[in-house]
Amino acid sequence: MLLGRDVRKDFPILNVKVNGKPLVYLDSAASSQKPNAVLESYCRFCEQRYANVHRGIHTLGEAATGDYEAARRAIADFIQAPALEGVIFTRGTTESINLVAHSYGQKFVKHGQSIVLTPMEHHANLVPWQLVAKSVGAELRFIPMKSDGTLDLSEARKLIDGTTALVAVAHASNVLGTINPVEEIVELAHKVGAKAVIDGAQAVPHMPVNLREMNPDFYAFSGHKMLGPTGIGVLYGRPEFLNDMDPFLTGGEMIREVYLDHATWNDLPYKFEAGTPAIAEAIGLHAAVRYLQEIGMDRIAQMDHYLATLALEKLAGESDVSIYGPLSQRGAVVSFNVKGIHPHDLAALLDREGIAIRAGHHCCQPLMRWLDVQATARASFYLYNTADDITALVEGVRTARKILA
Amino acid sequence: MSDLYSDILLDHYRLPRNKGKLPDETLAVEGKNPLCGDELTLHLKLDGDRVVDIRFEGNGCAISMASASMLTEDLKGRTVAEVERRVEQFRALIRDGKEPEGEPLDDLASLAGVAQLPVRVKCATLAWTTLEQGLLQVKRS
Repeated sequence: MLLGRDVRKDFPILNVKVNGKPLVYLDSAASSQKPNAVLESYCRFCEQRYANVHRGIHTLGEAATGDYEAARRAIADFIQAPALEGVIFTRGTTESINLVAHSYGQKFVKHGQSIVLTPMEHHANLVPWQLVAKSVGAELRFIPMKSDGTLDLSEARKLIDGTTALVAVAHASNVLGTINPVEEIVELAHKVGAKAVIDGAQAVPHMPVNLREMNPDFYAFSGHKMLGPTGIGVLYGRPEFLNDMDPFLTGGEMIREVYLDHATWNDLPYKFEAGTPAIAEAIGLHAAVRYLQEIGMDRIAQMDHYLATLALEKLAGESDVSIYGPLSQRGAVVSFNVKGIHPHDLAALLDREGIAIRAGHHCCQPLMRWLDVQATARASFYLYNTADDITALVEGVRTARKILA
Repeated sequence: MSDLYSDILLDHYRLPRNKGKLPDETLAVEGKNPLCGDELTLHLKLDGDRVVDIRFEGNGCAISMASASMLTEDLKGRTVAEVERRVEQFRALIRDGKEPEGEPLDDLASLAGVAQLPVRVKCATLAWTTLEQGLLQVKRS
């Protein structure tokens, strides 16, 4: 049984009309829509149990703290995190990776060492490492990509060597849809004593993720791409490294003892959660995780595969459409261009039909250069999409071509 | 939104006016929207304080290219002071979404809908911002 139609009733926004047309939402890789279960859980918490966490000795303070920590446990379970104290709430993937770059990279990557990345990284998993490399005097290396947008692992084996301090790679590409062989990359890193940082922003929402098996040193993802609220994300870090790292942000909550001239740090994970966290958002993310688990991540991955395959097939059948990225082993992200139509115009003309896609460089300017394009259009799918949405997309592309070409 | 890709705009996009190089130009100015990938070069020929010819080359979305085409058509033959007034009028159109007082904006008025689309403002104004930089260069030299 396919998901699409069966779950659409859970997402109130899918009843909205855009420009007088029923919404066809094909931009989940940018941000996903929220089911009632998440919206209700968020509201109920704010209406009935809200207070600050880890502070007040009062009933609501304890209720909120209990719910917040239950969210942490549920998320740890969802990603099979090896240690609960390694699960840190952040604002999202960007903050998670910046935390690692700042608190691990700046302290432990040494002059003359190398940081190994890929050309398909989102700016959030590239620019933080550029800053580390510049400040400590490390070298940035890039695992080359094959023409289909997959990583050349034989080159990776040569690039990841005794000089390598750290390897940072996307689990799944937000442009190409490529699902990278992260287990092998983690192993290559560990073989030479390097740390592995995985950007899971496009993976955790879409497939079963098991950190015990993958064994990364750091793993980052965002709540809002997995049916949860904005402003909440996760960093998993190996506790022994988190303990050796200095705090990222300082202030309340992350502290143990403070004197006028020095301070000591709280235990993990609180050492990395300075200030009042996104409490209700964490509770909302818990509800999202519950919702995803009820459906089952295997089924969601199957649905993604079905939709991506259908979209690739249908778009490939259109004249003047170029598609980027691999044909198999890929996520539900399809980037493409229509000859003679700027992706921004395509997106604007699709919007007239109520169809929401992303157009631009997708925070991957180096990848755009690699593809030799200024920008791409991108349709991305999730469990609430249907084959009808893809038909609408293809018809929209035809209409746009008629208007502009 | 439906107004934006109007017949006037599409006509300028499909059949751009004054596209190409200008052999005896006074100066060429480049403009870019790195976030969209829109690229544009304006070729200007001045005689005293009059812009006697303008052409443009570039790649980009329909809004940026049509706006450049309309610009060349509208400004050719005007004095620098008139051009500056026109730039002001165009900026008011994009800001307020309606034609300002004064000389009618003709084809340019078709871009009024951009005011409701903050992300497309930089597309519509690329040629105009580039022109302003060119005029600054002229004044400095």
